[in-house]
Amino acid sequence: MPERTARELFLGEGPGAGSGSQNLYVNLGPAHPAMHGIIRIFAELDGEVVVKTDVEIGYLHRAFEKECEIGPYNNAIPFTDRLNYVSPLINNFAYASAVEKLLDIEITERCKYIRVVMSEISRVCDHLTCVGASAMELGAFTVFLYMIKAREFLWELVEDVTGARLTISYGRVGGVKADLPEGFGIKVRKAFAEVRQVLSEVHTLITGNRIFMDRMVGVGALSAEESIAWGITGPLLRAAGVPFDLRRVQPYWAYDRVEFEVPLGKNGDNFDRYLVRMAEMEQSMRMVDQALERMPGGAINVDFEGREIPVDAYVDRGKQGKTEGLLLLPITLSPNLQGQGRAAQERVNVADKRVVLPPKETTYGSIEGLMNHFMLVMDGYGIRPPAGEAYFAAEGANGELGFYVVSDGGDRPYRVRCRPPCLPPVAALPRMIEGQMVADIVPTFGSVNMIGGELDR
Amino acid sequence: MDGSAILARLRARLGARVLETHEHHGDHTAVVTREGIVDALGYCRDDALLRFDMLMDLTAVDYLKFPGREDGPRFDVVYHLYSVPHNHRVRLKVRVEQDAASVPTATGLWPIANWFEREVWDMFGIRFEGHPDLRRLLMYEEFVGHPLRKDYPIERRQPLIGPNV
Repeated sequence: MPERTARELFLGEGPGAGSGSQNLYVNLGPAHPAMHGIIRIFAELDGEVVVKTDVEIGYLHRAFEKECEIGPYNNAIPFTDRLNYVSPLINNFAYASAVEKLLDIEITERCKYIRVVMSEISRVCDHLTCVGASAMELGAFTVFLYMIKAREFLWELVEDVTGARLTISYGRVGGVKADLPEGFGIKVRKAFAEVRQVLSEVHTLITGNRIFMDRMVGVGALSAEESIAWGITGPLLRAAGVPFDLRRVQPYWAYDRVEFEVPLGKNGDNFDRYLVRMAEMEQSMRMVDQALERMPGGAINVDFEGREIPVDAYVDRGKQGKTEGLLLLPITLSPNLQGQGRAAQERVNVADKRVVLPPKETTYGSIEGLMNHFMLVMDGYGIRPPAGEAYFAAEGANGELGFYVVSDGGDRPYRVRCRPPCLPPVAALPRMIEGQMVADIVPTFGSVNMIGGELDR
Repeated sequence: MDGSAILARLRARLGARVLETHEHHGDHTAVVTREGIVDALGYCRDDALLRFDMLMDLTAVDYLKFPGREDGPRFDVVYHLYSVPHNHRVRLKVRVEQDAASVPTATGLWPIANWFEREVWDMFGIRFEGHPDLRRLLMYEEFVGHPLRKDYPIERRQPLIGPNV
């Protein structure tokens, strides 16, 4: 028998190759280091070319939407943290805004700015993670370490404000949990200086790098028309040249009062997606700087004749019947409740008893406040929007993050639907990688920035 | 185009296929008949003044325990449309009976409808006629029932599957 050449053996050419398809089937994932969570890409390969793929999701399904229907409205906030666990603040605020839309309430000016500031910090974290991880998968491990270092500075800011790094639960229907801490602006400037330094280092390292460009330019491209047909939003759509950014076209919170540009790409390939994300981080930091500068409310200035009355004395005065002006006395709160006192509360939350927990002074100091608090946390009471439905969309780090909330008039959401921003690009993934080389799957998948938590809910 | 003008245009052009329209909290909704939904979606996508070129979201709501709708059609299939060129939104709805829980597919209009409809089938058990590949999306094949239905208890256990069971 004549010896077969390698070409005959592997490509199925020549006389000795047999008949029928010689395509190879390869599983990427579910548990694979490049799968950013758990997802399975089942690929049919002809040599090194991807012929056909099937993407299987759902490995991280946690019944988010079902779980939301079980508890009161504010109970869904911790679940929204776990949707996009890289930028949980945006999820918090978007869900809260959907419920506020249902209740027809307008949040305070300062709260709008706080939501903008915290959302943009989250967006930078998200893009840092996405760019860093995709660069690492192309061999640029330094970039990953630099970017995770930069993210660490930002997560320290988040920790300062919310008390947690990841599971922050900072948004509330009607406002936020607590005011920004003192000296936050200075910390932000310090952290941003570090992040800007890292971004310029990363630009130097990979933006013009031959290996990086060879792997990214022209790979995984999707045209503008196709992106729209696939429902793709966010950086991926903007990389294809469509100027769709909810912060610009349908401004919410305080986005109409800060200046920023919407970075656009041209080709919709992985390299343009990378450039769009890099430019967006700069814009986000620009927005935070402006928002912090213009934030109304100013410094904390509660000082009642330079005297602080402890809670027990507060109650004793009440027992003596000296109730006039009692609610206005400042009292010392536990450090755990920092930022939730009356002064802070009035700045950041709506003055709506149906929605927002009363200031802690009132809760601890008066029977009416205590009743108000209980009415909001008791089973069967709490926030009760009128029957109806509302859809609120925010610009998440990956695109349009929509919450569709249906109320039946009770204290629990009848239905909460989260429109996950990364589901459409993952659905379009076969379209992006079919016809490309097998080695292009990983950078394309990285540029999609799949977040298992919001994809599978 | 503002929302009420969109609804007026839909009512004028689609006639009896639009059952009712309403506006809540700034969101505009048109309820469309089951048979007319693909026409309505296609019209929304292709009309020069509407140009709803993006199917933003497709989901469903089970109204089994909703006060006042216990007897009515059980499900609403909800389409959220967005127009990139005109920057406006509309919501279309189809009411579906429990016994005939199926809707014509929108996969011919938008490729993304494929996955959204698979998710609705998975979670609510609403079929989409003409769908090329109606498999479960988030749950596994052996899963019994449709978890987002209101009569599916959250604590129900499913049989374990896998090689070592």
